[in-house]
Amino acid sequence: MSQHRTAGEDLALLTAHEASRCLAEGKVSSVQLTQRMLDRISQSQNNVFITVNLKALEEAAAADARRAKGEVRGPLDGIPMALKDNISTQGLRTTCASRMLADFVPPYSATVARRLSDAGCVLLGKLNMDEFAMGSTSENSYFGAVKNPKDPQRVAGGSSGGSAAAVAENLAYFTLGSDTGGSVRQPAAMCGVMGMKPTYGRISRYGVVAFASSLDQIGPITKDAEDCALVLAAIAGKDPYDGSSLANPLPDYLAALEGGAKGLRIGIPKEYMGEGISPEVRAAVEAMAKTLEDQGAVVESCSLPRTEYALSAYYVISSAEACSNLGRYDGVKYGYRTKEYKNLAEMIEKTRSEGFGDEVKRRILLGTYTLSAGYFDAYYKRAQQARTLIMEDFRKVFHQYDVLLTPTSPVTAWPLGQKHANPLELYAMDVCTVSVNVAGLPACSVPCGLDSQGLPIGAQFIANTLGEAVLLRAAAAAEKGGSV
Amino acid sequence: MDEFKTVIGLEVHAELDTKSKIYCGCTTEFGGEENTHVCPICSGMPGVLPMLNRKVVEYCVRAGLALNCAINPYSRQDRKHYFYPDLPKAFQTSQFDQPLCLKGYVDIVADGQPKRIGITRIHIEEDAGKLIHEVGQTRVDYNRCGVPLIEIVTEPDFENSAQVHAFLEALREILLYTEVSNCKMEEGSLRCDVNLSIHRVGEPFGTRTEMKNLNSFSAAVAAVQYEAQRQRRVLSAGGKITQDTLRWDDAAGNNYVMRSKEDADEYFYFPEPDIMPMVLSDGYIDRIRQTLPELPAHRRERYVSQMGLPLYDAQLLTVSKFISDFFDQTVAAGAQPKSVSNFIMGDIMRLLNERGWAAEKLPISAQSMAELLSLIEKGAISNSMGSKVIEIMFDEAKSPTDIVQERGMAQVSDAGAIREMCRQVIAENPKIVDDYKGGKVKAITALVGQVMKMSRGKANPSMVNQLLEELLN
Repeated sequence: MSQHRTAGEDLALLTAHEASRCLAEGKVSSVQLTQRMLDRISQSQNNVFITVNLKALEEAAAADARRAKGEVRGPLDGIPMALKDNISTQGLRTTCASRMLADFVPPYSATVARRLSDAGCVLLGKLNMDEFAMGSTSENSYFGAVKNPKDPQRVAGGSSGGSAAAVAENLAYFTLGSDTGGSVRQPAAMCGVMGMKPTYGRISRYGVVAFASSLDQIGPITKDAEDCALVLAAIAGKDPYDGSSLANPLPDYLAALEGGAKGLRIGIPKEYMGEGISPEVRAAVEAMAKTLEDQGAVVESCSLPRTEYALSAYYVISSAEACSNLGRYDGVKYGYRTKEYKNLAEMIEKTRSEGFGDEVKRRILLGTYTLSAGYFDAYYKRAQQARTLIMEDFRKVFHQYDVLLTPTSPVTAWPLGQKHANPLELYAMDVCTVSVNVAGLPACSVPCGLDSQGLPIGAQFIANTLGEAVLLRAAAAAEKGGSV
Repeated sequence: MDEFKTVIGLEVHAELDTKSKIYCGCTTEFGGEENTHVCPICSGMPGVLPMLNRKVVEYCVRAGLALNCAINPYSRQDRKHYFYPDLPKAFQTSQFDQPLCLKGYVDIVADGQPKRIGITRIHIEEDAGKLIHEVGQTRVDYNRCGVPLIEIVTEPDFENSAQVHAFLEALREILLYTEVSNCKMEEGSLRCDVNLSIHRVGEPFGTRTEMKNLNSFSAAVAAVQYEAQRQRRVLSAGGKITQDTLRWDDAAGNNYVMRSKEDADEYFYFPEPDIMPMVLSDGYIDRIRQTLPELPAHRRERYVSQMGLPLYDAQLLTVSKFISDFFDQTVAAGAQPKSVSNFIMGDIMRLLNERGWAAEKLPISAQSMAELLSLIEKGAISNSMGSKVIEIMFDEAKSPTDIVQERGMAQVSDAGAIREMCRQVIAENPKIVDDYKGGKVKAITALVGQVMKMSRGKANPSMVNQLLEELLN
C-alpha cells in the first residue's frame, strides 16, 4: 500500500487498486489489462480455469468506452476478475467442476456476478474447484486437480483452489470463492494470498450453487487488504432474492484499513495453537502476533472450550444440507443424464452414480444417513445444539477482544495425491476454519510468511458478527508490519 | 347388524388464491402453455433461493382462524425429500413439526345430526408440477410448481361418508368466504386424501389405508363407501388389512394398491435453511382476525333466527358470499328480508342463469335493489312490474325510479279510473258476469285479468278486485 507500482512494471503484478489507478490516470486500458490476463491464462499450466469467457475483451472494450465518455462506474470498472465455477453466470457454463453440470449453461446470473458486472468488472472466466465445493485440495474436480502456483507438485488448497491460484499466479486481479468450512481462507493461505469469508448473510448467496445452505458464504480472494475492501464494498448488502441476506448498512471498508494496530485487542485461542498444528505454522502466527503487539496491539491468550465439537458438527450439518441440495441433479431437467436405462428409478440412480464423483457421493451418503428417521435427533439435532454452544463461546470472548488470531491451516500445502486415501485425515485439516462457518462469523486469512520449504503460511483473523471492518483493519496492520 | 365401526380422517389440499407463487414472482394462473409460468426459482435451477410470499402466510392464518385453530406464533418450513420428475428440487418445501395452525374444528350437520370434526393442523407447502404421459415419452410441465397450498389435516373423527361429504361442503364454503381458495375442483384447487380403518365395536382401531386421487366430493364419498365395504369384507372373511397407499379409480369405482408398507415413506425431513422462521405477533394475528368475514353457517343462523327466513331461503342465499353480502346490504338499506330473498331466489337467480353470469357479475347495487323494493312496498309499482324493472336493470344502468318513470310503469291506484275500466269490462263480458252472478265466484278472476290487460298491467290488482266486487253486487 505504501508504494504504488505503476504501468511501467508488468501489468500482471499490479493489485486491483493499482490497476484501477492506472486506468484512472489513462496509463493503461481495460483491454490491455484483460489481454495481459488472457495471455497468462493461456500459458498457465496449473489447471486454474475451467472456462474462459470469450466475451472478456468485449466487456473490457465496453469499460474503456465508458471511461472515454466519462461514465466510469467506480473503482472496479474495467478490472478483470474471475469467479469460482459454482457462481452462476448467465450464458457462460457453470460446472461446479462436476460431470453432472459439465455442459450446464445457467439461464440467470448470481447476484454477486451481476453486482460485479454492474460495477464494470470484466469476467475472465470460471475457476476450477473441488466438485460442488466439497474438499480442501481442489483435487476432486471432474476437470482435474488445480496445481499450486507456488509449487506445482502440491495442492492449491480447496475448495476454491482455482480462485486462490488465479490470484497467486496473477491470472486475475481478484477472484471470488465460496467458503462453507474454510474454502476461501484455506486455499488463500496455501497460495499466499488474502481471502475473506464475511458474516453469514453479508453477501447474497442467490445464484451460488448450494452446498450447505446454512454455512455457505461468498468471499473475495485478493492480493491485499485494500483490494478485499474494494471488492467487499461492491458485492455486500441486502438482496431481495436472498431471504438470509442482511440489511445492515455497509461501513466504510476503505477507511477501516487506516485503523492501525494500536489499541487493537487480539485474542489467541489456545485450542487453535495446540496439537496438530505444525510448529512452523505456530511460530509464524506467534511472530505475527508479536509484530502487531509491537505496533501497539494488545495480545492475550484466550479459550474457546467448545472448539472440539466444531468439526463433527460441521460435517453432520454440511452433509445433511448437501444431500438435500444435491437431490435436484437427477437427469430430468438439465445436466448429465445416463445413456441407458429401463425406467425412471434406474435413470435417476445411474445418472447420479455416473454424474457425481466419490467425495460428493460420500457426503450425500453421510447426509442421508444422518437425516434418516430415527437418527435425526442423534446427529442433526445434536449438531445444531453444538452449534449453539460454539456461538456462545465466541460471543463470550468477543466481549474482551476485537479479533482472534489463529492459523488458517494446521499445515502448509501438501503434495498432490497424498491425502486421498484417508478422508478423515483430510477432514481434520479443516479444524481451524470450520468453527467460523458454524457460528456464522466473518474471518479472513492473510499471508503469514513462508515455511522452511518456501511454502506460504496463512494466519486467520476472526471477528464478531458483521466485524468485516475490524478484520480489514487487522489485515492491513499485519501487511504493514511485514511478513516474518 | 353392523358389528364394525369405521374411522376416517382426511388430508385436504387447498390451492391458495394468491396472485404469485409461494417462493417466486411467477403467476399462479391455471392453464397456460406448458412451462411458461416458470422461472429459475420454481423450476429448481442450481443456486436459486426461495423468497416466501407473505400472502401465503396470511391466507393460511386466515384459514386457520376461520377453522377455529390456534395460530403458532413461531413456525418454520421444512424440506420433504423424494425423487420424482414433477418435483424439480427433489424436495417439497413444506412444514413438519411446526405448522402455522393447530387444533381447530368445524361443526357440521350430517343425516340431521350435528357433529364436530377436529382439525389437527394446517400447514403451508408448495405444489409440484405435472407429468404428461405420451406413447414412448413423458413430458413435464412445471407451471404448477410452487403454487401455494395449505394442507388441512383432520382428526379421525368421521364415521361415514355422509359426514365426509358434509365436512367437505362446509370446508369449501369457509375457504370461499374467507377468499383463501377458489376451490375449483376441476382445476385441482381442492383435493383430498382419505385415511380409513374399521374395527369391531369394543376392539382397538384397525390398520388404516390411505387413499389418494380424490378429485371431487362425489369421488371422496364413493371411495369412502367402497373402502369401508372392502375392509369389512376382508375382516369378515377372517383376512387382514395391510397398511397400503391406494389409488382411487373414479371411472372404475374401485381402488388399487399404489405402494405397500414395505416401501413406507422416508422423507428425510429437515428444517429449511433458506427460509427464516416465521414469527407472528399477536397484533398481526388480530389484524387478520379482524378481516375475517362472517362465515356462512353463522349467516344462515342469523337469517333464520333474527330475520325469520325459512331455512331453505337461508341456504340458497349463502351459496355464494357475494349473494349473501348483497342480501345483507339490501336489507341494511331498508328492504324487508323476505321480499329481498324472494327477488334474489326468483328473478335475480333466473336472470343470472339465463345470461350464464357468475353472481359477481350482478349489475344491480344493493341500493338500487332496496329502492325497487320500496317502490313495490309503497304501491308505486306492482310486484310483477317489479320483475320487469329488474330485467331492465340487468341491461341498463338506470335507477328503478327512472325506469318506472320513463316507461310509464307506475301502478294506477286512482279509484275513478279503475272504476271506469271495471264498468267497461263488465259491459263487454256479459257471459262471465252471468256466471259470477249464477254462483261461480271464481269467474271474477277472469274479469280482473281483463281489467289488468286494459291497464297494461298498471292497475292496482287489489283495488280492481275490490271495485269489481262492489260493482257486481
